[in-house]
Amino acid sequence: MLLGKVVGRVWATVKNPSLEGQRLLIVQPLTPELKETGKQLVCADCTGAGAGELVYYCRGREASYAFLPEDVPSDSTIVGIVDELDVRRGTSC
Amino acid sequence: MILARVVGSVVATRKDPRLEGRTLLILNPVSPEGKADAGYVVAVDTVGAGCRELVLAVSGSSARMAAGCKDLPVDMVVVAIVDSLSLDQPSE
Repeated sequence: MLLGKVVGRVWATVKNPSLEGQRLLIVQPLTPELKETGKQLVCADCTGAGAGELVYYCRGREASYAFLPEDVPSDSTIVGIVDELDVRRGTSC
Repeated sequence: MILARVVGSVVATRKDPRLEGRTLLILNPVSPEGKADAGYVVAVDTVGAGCRELVLAVSGSSARMAAGCKDLPVDMVVVAIVDSLSLDQPSE
């Protein structure tokens, strides 16, 4: 899983029936230090995350497991909203 | 999932029988701002997308989760035609 920030939304009327009802959010990947890294991507959401929120998302086949028992064709899904982050690189935790 | 622009199609006569009747599209990935990225992908269409349309494509084994794609030998499927998208203004 990776950290990201919700930076936008996507609307689509015509879509695969398996994707009906899913919220689609644009996410900017972040480092643990909250610096932007890599390209923005579109994620499905199972948490109700909103604009500007810090989230973590899951990639690959496992991203669709968030919606089990439904089969949702998602390769990146927001699976959690981050409350707090504690990063101490290079020092003992 | 990636945003992409439909830039062409692929015609193939000899193919896996499970791909019979499927439309294959050539997609050019784009950023949410609309800037074209380098590279391309070939994807199976499930929504009837046309040339120059902005679409959403799913990659990997998740692609087979799309309705009508179960057990197909595909790793990239077009699952939605984008109506619109909005980007938040950076707060900094």
